[in-house]
Amino acid sequence: MSTDSISIVNADFASRPLAAKLHEWVTTVDHKRLGILYIVYSVVFLMIAGIEALIMRIQLIRPHNNYVSPEVFNQMFTMHGTTMIFFVIMPMLFGFANYLVPLMIGARDMAFPRLNAFSFWMTAFGGIFLYFSFLGANGLYGAGNAPDVGWFAYAPLTSQTFSLGHSTDFWTLSLLVSGFGSIGTAINIIATIFCMRCPGMTLAKMPLLAWLNMVMAVLVILAVSPLSAAQIMLLVDRYLGGHFFDTQAGGSAVIWMHFFWIFGHPEVYVLVIPAFAFASEIIPVFSRKAIFGYPVMVAATVCIAFISMSVWAHHMFTVGMNANANTFFVLTTMAIAVPTGIKIFNWLATMWGGKIHFKTPMLFATAFLFQFLIAGLTGIMLGTAPFNWHLGNSYFVVAHFHYVIVGGILFTTFGAFYYWFPKMSGKMYSEALGKLHFWLFLIGFHLTFDFMHIPGLLGMPRRIYTYEPGRGWDTLNLIVTIGVFFQAAGILVFVGNLLWSYFHGETAGSDPWDAWTLEWSISSPPPVYNFATIPEVRSRRPLWDRKHPEDPDWRYE
Amino acid sequence: MRRAAQVIGFACLPVAVLAAPADRSLSPTNIFAPVSTPAQSIFGLSLFVLSVTAAIFVVVFTLLLYCVVKFRRRTDDDGREPPQVFGSNQVELAWTVIPVLITVVLFMATARVIASVQKAPRPENAIRVIAIGHQFWWEYRYPDLNVVTANELHVPVSDPAHPTPTFLTLLSADTDHSFWVPRLAGKTDLIPNHPNSMWMDPQETGLYLGQCAQYCGTQHAKMLLRVYADSPQEFNRWIEEQSQPALTAAAVSEGQRIFERTACINCHAVTGTVADGRFGPDLTHLMSRETIASGAAPNTPENLKLWIQNPDAIKPSSKMPAMGLSDHELDAVTAYLATLR
Repeated sequence: MSTDSISIVNADFASRPLAAKLHEWVTTVDHKRLGILYIVYSVVFLMIAGIEALIMRIQLIRPHNNYVSPEVFNQMFTMHGTTMIFFVIMPMLFGFANYLVPLMIGARDMAFPRLNAFSFWMTAFGGIFLYFSFLGANGLYGAGNAPDVGWFAYAPLTSQTFSLGHSTDFWTLSLLVSGFGSIGTAINIIATIFCMRCPGMTLAKMPLLAWLNMVMAVLVILAVSPLSAAQIMLLVDRYLGGHFFDTQAGGSAVIWMHFFWIFGHPEVYVLVIPAFAFASEIIPVFSRKAIFGYPVMVAATVCIAFISMSVWAHHMFTVGMNANANTFFVLTTMAIAVPTGIKIFNWLATMWGGKIHFKTPMLFATAFLFQFLIAGLTGIMLGTAPFNWHLGNSYFVVAHFHYVIVGGILFTTFGAFYYWFPKMSGKMYSEALGKLHFWLFLIGFHLTFDFMHIPGLLGMPRRIYTYEPGRGWDTLNLIVTIGVFFQAAGILVFVGNLLWSYFHGETAGSDPWDAWTLEWSISSPPPVYNFATIPEVRSRRPLWDRKHPEDPDWRYE
Repeated sequence: MRRAAQVIGFACLPVAVLAAPADRSLSPTNIFAPVSTPAQSIFGLSLFVLSVTAAIFVVVFTLLLYCVVKFRRRTDDDGREPPQVFGSNQVELAWTVIPVLITVVLFMATARVIASVQKAPRPENAIRVIAIGHQFWWEYRYPDLNVVTANELHVPVSDPAHPTPTFLTLLSADTDHSFWVPRLAGKTDLIPNHPNSMWMDPQETGLYLGQCAQYCGTQHAKMLLRVYADSPQEFNRWIEEQSQPALTAAAVSEGQRIFERTACINCHAVTGTVADGRFGPDLTHLMSRETIASGAAPNTPENLKLWIQNPDAIKPSSKMPAMGLSDHELDAVTAYLATLR
């Protein structure tokens, strides 16, 4: 594929005035540009929510610290959690899905390009709306306060009795708005994958990334819908005299918990399945081997998605369910360990006998395997209900889900950034800075989240703005806070690397990793139309077939 | 059953060695230093789960480490691709069946402990306590003993031969809270309009600490828990004292008058007087408590004055308002409160 025509398009674009360029980005319906918008947007919010984490950790550096007031601290943990889940990780993963799925299945765009743009702007305005609460939540006179009800916003703390002003409304409406965006994107991904695969690409020959994103999209529809319903019910309670969650009038606080977690637990898999998808692309390419057990990987993912719809109440072991209900949710929670374990073993088997090349993406993917293993094992501990009666709502569970979301999801996503940055920008990132980022972030991650488990075992609950001395928590909290500074330094190196490489990096070429999926068959960055001629594939690794005509995959599949 | 426990205990030895320094000297709220049956049941299960997960970790981590070291690209690599392997049904089957077996074992061990804690029958002689969570303090009522108190729960120590457990009914007056004293039992939430229950039978006398473990509003952090396990004699004496109405002393009648004519009695009750507010802690026997503000400060005259004049200095955003008394009034009210023994 010639890159000549592409460089002309780029040159043309570069010569236009800034306003025209911005206009093109704002009005674009191109899946690649929307993907990049999602990703840039999520990196901005990553830094904002990171600063919120930093403020919390400085406050907790020693007992009885007075760095921020309890009000500010409660706003910080609410905004940190809400932002990281809904406006960092989700858009980041949607961005990669948007960018990569059409390229990997040989399509020229998503099925519904304008729905795609609509979905992005819904998500974007949801996030901006949430942050406007800092200015406007008490009315429009600039004396706002951000939501402070926690990211799962348990009733009845969200009722008008306990949450004055409009801060809870900002939380509710922003998630409602961005939720519609998420559902739109999910529909789009499913339609794209079912209708727009290139000739020869049966479902069984689709790259794992596309498969896993399809499962993710199904889960988004199943999970975000009840969340949106609950948000509407909360609005009805607050403004139309409803009593769904109004315990003073016979409503049920527990119903909110069920609604939230029937969203909240599949949401974990909405976030982690795309991370699995990245690992399933990066690990084979850098091990120089085909993925081990492709059908089993697909089956395990579908299996995880099914089981994930039946485990939500393991977030509620302490709310007083009866012994039979607790036992049932222990069983389903344990069951999910099996397909997850299968995936880890398959990645290990992919590395087994390979020639592993530890470039930055593979470093992140390897750390992911290690950390996700630990996160899974602490998950088993939390899944045994009696142990959960101690660990639930303690710092142990905070450490556990950060192990999943940072150690698992964010690490693979960093890997994905480095892996596909050459494709998206046409430039090679700096390997030295990438490795510096990796090691800084790895050290910071382990300082923070390894040590964070222990205060939980020693009785420290989450969401406290300060704590008593003499509980054995002091030194541990100090170490946890120190780790955050390493992580922050790592993030700065990461953003600096992307920016510097974008302007000054070496030209990457169309296929810098000698990889096997379709996106590497076209120029970097890809032309607007992606494929000059729609490709035809005969196996899961079309570029392997092209590079090894003597031993193509389709003979074995 | 005892034999099974020994086998499990032996399997847990490596973890037990690790947990050995993790006794109460490490922390008064250490979950690995149980002194009450529910906490001990959880402790036994947690050692088993920790051992199983530790074993899984060692196996998988070794495999990962082996892959990383053995299969990394060498500097003298010839650039040829390694043999392509697409999968193996036998291997896949093995690493499906083995985890299934492990989870079945873990599930059965867990189900047993759930039943033993949640389905434990309440003996006739059990102490009944109604614990009510408030923003941001605890109310305790002993319906059979005619006692109402706040923030410091007294229970009798339980002799394993003749158990006298305490059964708590958990209610909430406002938002969700959670009762968590790690050395006595796991946590259970207090949810409005949704009564819960839990039980404990501390086997050593002493003070056990904990705190609210469900975010309940601005001052969630200083909603601390104190449970005193008393000897039977001490407990009976305590009940006897607490069930008396307040003594009124003529020497502090001025303080009492100020207390009863300002907003204090809107929220606080003193049995035997006109004060019958229920929004804040019962003060009938305030001086029998070691702390004020739900454990946030020691119960000294200085702290009491500070708490009345400027509660934010001790516990910002608590529901206690600054009373704005003159120095003279403050001294008089504090002197009155000091007689509420």
